[in-house]
Amino acid sequence: MARVDVDNVVKRYGAVQVVHGVSTAIEDGEFVILVGPSGCGKSTLLRMIAGLEHVSGGTISIDGEVVNDVAPKDRNIAMVFQNYALYPHMTVAQNMAFSLKLAGVPRQEMQAKVENAARTLGLETLLDRFPGQLSGGQRQRVAMGRAIVRDPEVFLFDEPLSNLDAKLRVQMRAEIKALHQRLKTTTIYVTHDQVEAMTMADRIVVMRDGIIEQVGTPLDLYDAPANLFVAGFLGSPTMNFIDGRIEGGHFLNDDGISIAASGGLPEGPVTAGIRPNLVGLADKGSLFEVLVVEPTGAETQLVLQAGKTQLVALVQGRVALQPGASVGITFDPSGLHLFDRRTSTRLPQMFS
Amino acid sequence: MTKKPSLYFSASQVTLVRLVWMTVAAILALMIIFPLLWMTSISFKTAQDAFSPTLLPAAPTFGNFTYVITEVPFVRYMANSLFVSATVTVVALFFHSMAGYALARLRFPGRELIFLAIFSTLLVSLPVIIVPLFIIVRAMGMLNTYAGIIVPSVFNAFGIFLLRQYYLSLPREIEEAAVIDGAGYWRIYWSVILPLSKPILAALAILFFLANWNAFLWPLTVASDQNLWVVQVGIANFKSEYSAAWNYMMAASTIVAIPTLVLFLIFQRQIMDSIKTSGLK
Repeated sequence: MARVDVDNVVKRYGAVQVVHGVSTAIEDGEFVILVGPSGCGKSTLLRMIAGLEHVSGGTISIDGEVVNDVAPKDRNIAMVFQNYALYPHMTVAQNMAFSLKLAGVPRQEMQAKVENAARTLGLETLLDRFPGQLSGGQRQRVAMGRAIVRDPEVFLFDEPLSNLDAKLRVQMRAEIKALHQRLKTTTIYVTHDQVEAMTMADRIVVMRDGIIEQVGTPLDLYDAPANLFVAGFLGSPTMNFIDGRIEGGHFLNDDGISIAASGGLPEGPVTAGIRPNLVGLADKGSLFEVLVVEPTGAETQLVLQAGKTQLVALVQGRVALQPGASVGITFDPSGLHLFDRRTSTRLPQMFS
Repeated sequence: MTKKPSLYFSASQVTLVRLVWMTVAAILALMIIFPLLWMTSISFKTAQDAFSPTLLPAAPTFGNFTYVITEVPFVRYMANSLFVSATVTVVALFFHSMAGYALARLRFPGRELIFLAIFSTLLVSLPVIIVPLFIIVRAMGMLNTYAGIIVPSVFNAFGIFLLRQYYLSLPREIEEAAVIDGAGYWRIYWSVILPLSKPILAALAILFFLANWNAFLWPLTVASDQNLWVVQVGIANFKSEYSAAWNYMMAASTIVAIPTLVLFLIFQRQIMDSIKTSGLK
């Protein structure tokens, strides 16, 4: 196990810079997820940690040692790829043993390690099969087995669940998390799926356009997003954003929304953010028109509109509303966020 | 197999079109097969009978075959052809796969230029360069040697091109996984890339073997020593030495066609695949 330090790391492809001086530290035994939209530089950062990409500037250290110029095999890392990258002409056992064979591990020890990893992942009966004879989930497990046998200090996962169907993804998510809890190996995991990030990570690093937007535990990021991007990226359905202004100690909007704010806020334009589950239906309050009703059984998602303001409300249970109906809206003030319209950052002030 | 009715055309139209296709295909097939039948027919005829217009020999004889095998060192020619074709195939595939891999995956200055230079040789046919090639081979002291027949045949832009394209299509992540597993360039090539290239190498092996088995111009040019003659040169020689020996020539040709026929029957699927992948014909 080891600590990973990323210090002011820059990546350039010719004249194009894609990672702009990123710094973060991953503690020993921690499960950290790099999350962000496509092209945000998260995979590039992971590949730099793996040694598959050259670092254009800054340093990457594993266990206190700068590894910028260390070959991937000497970094004591293991990586699981999005498309598994299993060797199609080797059996499951040979796939898992390949790195040990190259490292000159004695045959008996190699066999013991492979069997051990296979037992951990429930692959004992598949050791003689070829990757082509396995299902997606089984291949994913073999890819993880190949990483485990090396007993690395750091696990790197590059969108490992993207090629699986929704049901299997949920199952593998739990398996990877359980595996981490058992092995306690430092893990860096890249995904664009915020649900994976929220459910699996000890800490999340949110990236956009080659910079880190925010680092924190999943619930910290959910409860106190640093800016509009993080607020909108994490959480499903997405947070509602309402443009308005602070005037006389109130948040006001042209479509009739008026919410009393605790004092001390400077007057001027702001964006208010509220999670859909904190929007409630009531007889009073701002009046909205129901556009869409989406029942999922346990809860109902409503799309509501008043003037130019559109909101999504997630209501527990079922509602007897039809599109076109009018309904009053209340906001749970504890979950309201205010963002500076100019800088997009969250204002420390909360509604009371 | 169940026949699905066409959605767009009536049954009679489909039958008609199919009939026309079959007829055209049959005529084309006949045009190709007939000379081979004629060749086989003559090989069983006597010298006097060779030009008789009947397909079936009046008095079939194995005499031509006996003559070709016993009176002429034809077995030696066959062995030469086999040796040359097999050696060229094995050596060429080894070097071509390495060159293809290097051009597809390794980063080095001038890579594209080298590839273009190799590729451009596809545009030049052997007769165009045969004189300078002969001069080079003579200067290297390889006239009348197996090396002289084999070495120039090993270079072939087509194989390098095809393998490069194939390696470009392999997922890079497999190689990256091997890098992380601790493999170097050679190990990746030997343990990962080469086993993955089996299908395309098999296809190329068949193409190379057949091309070299049927090679005539270069072996004729570089080897005047009769001990080094390959079958095609041997066959051509019947014409000059025994100007009317068509029956012997056809018997020899029939013998020479047998290995290619056997190869085709065994590797039919791979040959079809290779033609499909290479876009030949």
